[in-house]
Amino acid sequence: MLSVSSLSFSRGHRCLFADVNFTLQPGQWLHVEGGNGVGKTTLLRLICGLNALEQGEITWHNQSVAKDPDLFRAELAYLGHPLALKEDLTPVENILASAAVCGLHLSQGDAMAALTKMGLEGAAHLPVRVLSQGQKRRTALARLVVSDARLWILDEPFVALDTPAQEVLCDVLNAHLNRQGMLLLTSHQAVNLAGQGQTYRLSA
Amino acid sequence: MKSTIFHFAAPQNFYRLAGQLWPLFGVVALLLTAWGLWLGLCVAPIDFQQGQAYRIIFVHVPASWMSMVIYVVMAFWALLGLTFNTRLSGMMGQALAPTGAIFAFLSLWTGALWGKPMWGAWWVWDARLTSELILFFLYLGYIALTHAIDDPRRADKAGGILALVGALNVPVIYFSVQWWNTLHQGASVSITKGSSMAQPMLEAMLIMSLAFWMYAIAMGLYRVRLIILLRERHAHWVTQLPEFNSASQGVAA
Amino acid sequence: MRGFAAVLRRDLLLAMRRKNEVVTAIFFFVVVAALFPLGIGPEQNTLRLVAPGILWIGALLASLLSLGRLFASDFADGSLEQMALSPNSLSLLVAAKISAHWLLSGLPLVLLAPLLGLQFDLPSTALWILTLSLLLGTPVLSLIGAIGAALTLGVRGGDVLLSLLVLPLYVPTLIFGAGAVQAEMSGLGSAAHLSILAAMALVAAVFSPWASAACLRLALET
Repeated sequence: MLSVSSLSFSRGHRCLFADVNFTLQPGQWLHVEGGNGVGKTTLLRLICGLNALEQGEITWHNQSVAKDPDLFRAELAYLGHPLALKEDLTPVENILASAAVCGLHLSQGDAMAALTKMGLEGAAHLPVRVLSQGQKRRTALARLVVSDARLWILDEPFVALDTPAQEVLCDVLNAHLNRQGMLLLTSHQAVNLAGQGQTYRLSA
Repeated sequence: MKSTIFHFAAPQNFYRLAGQLWPLFGVVALLLTAWGLWLGLCVAPIDFQQGQAYRIIFVHVPASWMSMVIYVVMAFWALLGLTFNTRLSGMMGQALAPTGAIFAFLSLWTGALWGKPMWGAWWVWDARLTSELILFFLYLGYIALTHAIDDPRRADKAGGILALVGALNVPVIYFSVQWWNTLHQGASVSITKGSSMAQPMLEAMLIMSLAFWMYAIAMGLYRVRLIILLRERHAHWVTQLPEFNSASQGVAA
Repeated sequence: MRGFAAVLRRDLLLAMRRKNEVVTAIFFFVVVAALFPLGIGPEQNTLRLVAPGILWIGALLASLLSLGRLFASDFADGSLEQMALSPNSLSLLVAAKISAHWLLSGLPLVLLAPLLGLQFDLPSTALWILTLSLLLGTPVLSLIGAIGAALTLGVRGGDVLLSLLVLPLYVPTLIFGAGAVQAEMSGLGSAAHLSILAAMALVAAVFSPWASAACLRLALET
């Protein structure tokens, strides 16, 4: 269970957002919406722990994240705007490498299966450099398929995906929610997923 | 006592305190400098080996000492700032750095001015001078880093880490340069011939050191006020300041 | 440990796919070592005297050149964020990156140095000590340099700033490294120098990944 209370963030003297509160239970998803520049990405990064938390509190399973960040990170998967893909490696190599960095034991077969699910079986052994934007995003999303994290924090995951790929992504997200996972995402389009969902509107 | 410390840890309160204190330190610094220079230039006897030229040590040695003391103080503020995440600590570090760099530069210059009449060369790779040169580079690096980073909080923390890493390295650097110098039998500058330095000379050097210390504090306090104003310029209390209002009135008129 | 091995393997794999970056640093070392005699003069005795310093400075500058790349590409493509969010300690992953950097930029210099030392007519004992001193010293250069690279990550003018920050900190390593070879050549024995280098390597190995990780988290906050 993720709980966020009284979260505020300022960049210099400019206050981006103040007093953000919400709770996320297993099987639930939260859609953060708001216009461009209102601070959605900053909020997500703040919850992940990438931005410094100055005001407010984040608790995971009722324990403050600040006290034991490693425990939180072990159950967290984050996908931001930069896709964290190595251009000179193939999708398979990328997935195997990031899984190993996260401490996951993954076989070549598992990686191939995840890529196939995302529709990339033809491109799995090409360097990421030559893939299209949509294919790169699908590779990054394939990491989620093999992830065992309880909480997924995704920043605009549907960007650059064609309709079939968007449907596949929804399937993946729904499967995660059905496994009692939690999802926090931003998106400029409407989000329609299984399980209990909330919308949080971030305003200046 | 603790509440006083926390009270002045807020930039707004420290701004006022610093405003009251820096002129005092400045005046004391001026008086001590006058006294020290009088002692050094007029009262202290002529050195039987080096003649009148040796008198430059009354600026050179205090400047060297202060450049090292200020670096230690910067590292102390850095430690404080990184441990307690206080904004003022980072500002103090950045306020002190230019003065420290100036003292290091002064030490190098006076070292060169002393060197020319003494042993015929403008620069000698003596252990102390070389260490001072490296300290000067460390100051420049700190100033360059803190100025290059746009986000003030990141600049504070990065500068703090750099100051700490530098402070930990300074003994190593000094030791290694000493080793390097003795091994190669380089020129050795001896300011104090043993412990039998004439009383007035020692007195003059101590007073000049104290004078430079007071100056460093005065400049540090003055500069930190400027930094506070710059960082907090959008805060309410800054807009209420008399100097701010008179300035904006002047602009409007 | 798996995290360490994973990052190490990935960085080495990436370097193998882009060999020219590694080769450039090696080439730089060779060219610089050849430039000094052109600037100093071909007199054998002079060159033999200054060779330890020249070769050490060449290695130092070559190492410095490649430091800018240590974290830059991971920072740009988001891999650094993922490493910061991994349950593995960031210090461990940074240690892996530094190790990869040393294997690619430091070790080739160590292996090349004896060859370049022959150009300066160094005696064989001196060549051996030169290699040993670089073997102990280049890791220190990578470790200290990593802190500088992490501090200047994403900062304007970062590369030149990196040099300004890191070169003063390199001084002890240079003194003891070149000093070891000079001591050997003058018959004084290099044991003390090499022990100090080893001690510095140990301290840096413990301290630097942790300090660099702190600086990297700082860089990610913007």
